[in-house]
Amino acid sequence: MTTPVSTTAPRRTPGYRFNLVGIIGFSVLLFWVVVALVAPWVIPYPVGEIVDYDYLAPISDKFWMGTDYLGRDILSRVLMGARYTVGISLASVTLACSIGVTLGMVAAVSGGWLDTVLSRFLDAMNSIPSKLFGLVVVAAVGSSLPVLVLTMAAVYVPGSFRFARALAVNINTMDFVTVARIRGEGTLYLILSEILPNILGPVLTDLGLRFVFTVLLLSGLSFLGLGVQPPYADWGAMVRENISGLSFGAPAVIFPCLAIATLTISVNLLIDNLPQKIRDRSDA
Amino acid sequence: MKSQVLSLIAGRLGIAVITLLIVSFAVFFATSMLPGDTASILLGQAATPEAVAGLRKAMHLDDPAIFRYGRWLLGLLTGDFGTSYANGRPIMDLIGGRLINTLKLAAVTTLFAVPLSLFLGITSAMLRGSLYDRVVTLCTIGLISIPEFMVATTAVLIFSVSLGWLPALAFANEVHSLGELLRVFAMPVITLTFVVSAQMIRMTRAAVVETLNTPYAEMALLKGASRGRIVMRHALPNALGPIANAMALSLSYLLGGVIIVETIFNYPGVAKLMVDAVATRDLPLIQTCAMIFCLGFLVLTTIADIIAILANPRLR
Repeated sequence: MTTPVSTTAPRRTPGYRFNLVGIIGFSVLLFWVVVALVAPWVIPYPVGEIVDYDYLAPISDKFWMGTDYLGRDILSRVLMGARYTVGISLASVTLACSIGVTLGMVAAVSGGWLDTVLSRFLDAMNSIPSKLFGLVVVAAVGSSLPVLVLTMAAVYVPGSFRFARALAVNINTMDFVTVARIRGEGTLYLILSEILPNILGPVLTDLGLRFVFTVLLLSGLSFLGLGVQPPYADWGAMVRENISGLSFGAPAVIFPCLAIATLTISVNLLIDNLPQKIRDRSDA
Repeated sequence: MKSQVLSLIAGRLGIAVITLLIVSFAVFFATSMLPGDTASILLGQAATPEAVAGLRKAMHLDDPAIFRYGRWLLGLLTGDFGTSYANGRPIMDLIGGRLINTLKLAAVTTLFAVPLSLFLGITSAMLRGSLYDRVVTLCTIGLISIPEFMVATTAVLIFSVSLGWLPALAFANEVHSLGELLRVFAMPVITLTFVVSAQMIRMTRAAVVETLNTPYAEMALLKGASRGRIVMRHALPNALGPIANAMALSLSYLLGGVIIVETIFNYPGVAKLMVDAVATRDLPLIQTCAMIFCLGFLVLTTIADIIAILANPRLR
């Protein structure tokens, strides 16, 4: 999702070449993103419609992934679920990383009390377990899409802040930053032109990793009934709905699980096999 | 030098206390944002405005939030957790037995997870790059990448659907014999062990690999020591600190896992109590459970940090 941005450099240099596992990871990720985009036009049955009187039905010619506990088509629901799982996670992780990275760079460049206060406060936030935070907030304000996005963003701001700050502190001591500072450049210029380009690679990698955490958190919350609310369903909520079919191995439970696993594992594989130059851009 | 270590530890404990204070603040105010008036919810639709006003006064709901926070915090410290909105019973009574259940689950899991991950983590670091190492690494990446409930559902599919060894999801609340006890514990413990071990194996492996990359490990290799000797005599004693740190840190993943596992297996613990409290919007109960979890999390991370301080040879 984020890698093509950085591959604009000549593809021939060995440092930018993907290996096979990375390509597989990227393809699976791309597949789910495309599915999320085109889902409404490719689903075989309307999402909310009861199409089969046999609930939790096995795989058949008519229903490629069986049906759920109400007799709705699982394939359609999995494809549409991609919109919620991928969309919400992507929105919230982008928000979290934008805020975290900005604050991290500001803290590193300005230093002093601002740095101390931000670091202390966000470290304290970090010691609230993520699922617990979700539970408490959703219990207090109820679950809706904006609440979900904001809550999960709030959960991952501290981690992103810590990561970006650590990188930015290192860059901040380098000569070219000192030169720019002596030249009389302001904080905004330092952040945008000197720090950000040098930490962008690792920051994007971190964003990918946090995307996986977000997908897991969203699925977990939805599984507890606190995430996406019926009649809509992301993959975690689908597992919850159909959990009664688990004792006889209904496909209605297995396919949403598989969907989550393929998404998260492929992102992990992609990150682990990113070309070295993108991962450690700050060292290059 | 000893005093330096002590002051570092004291500082760490101080930070933990401050953090707990900030967390309690966050928990209290997050739950105070609940729309709707608590007194009228408690008294139901038929309540007269006078009754609602009376109850509001009795519960100090008209006081400024900061006073209510202070009173709540003082109650927590003195062991008075308040009463549940849902059934009017003291929260202490509701939590007591359930906390023990959850702690039991955590203890049994730790008992299985620690030796398992120590063994797998250290051996895969020893045989780095081998097929064995790659299989272990792939499995742990796989386990980390999937949500806890999927570990649970997979365990159910394997152990009860295809093998038929254990009951799937239905649980007897009354446990009479040792055999039944094992059956009640088996699935949650298996699931939690997988969740926690994956983290532990990764971190243990990383810690050992890091010590194996040091110059003294290379020196031992050059002087002809066997691989087992390098690991056992040279690397492991120095990796003990980071490993213990990793153990304490990964045990904090128990918390996230326990919420899912208790829900999916209907296990009568604190996490299940809290999820149910969220459904009934029982605020005092949610607040107390949340504080218990944050406290557990903080204790584990603080222990991890203190171990890291103690294990640092430069401070000895």
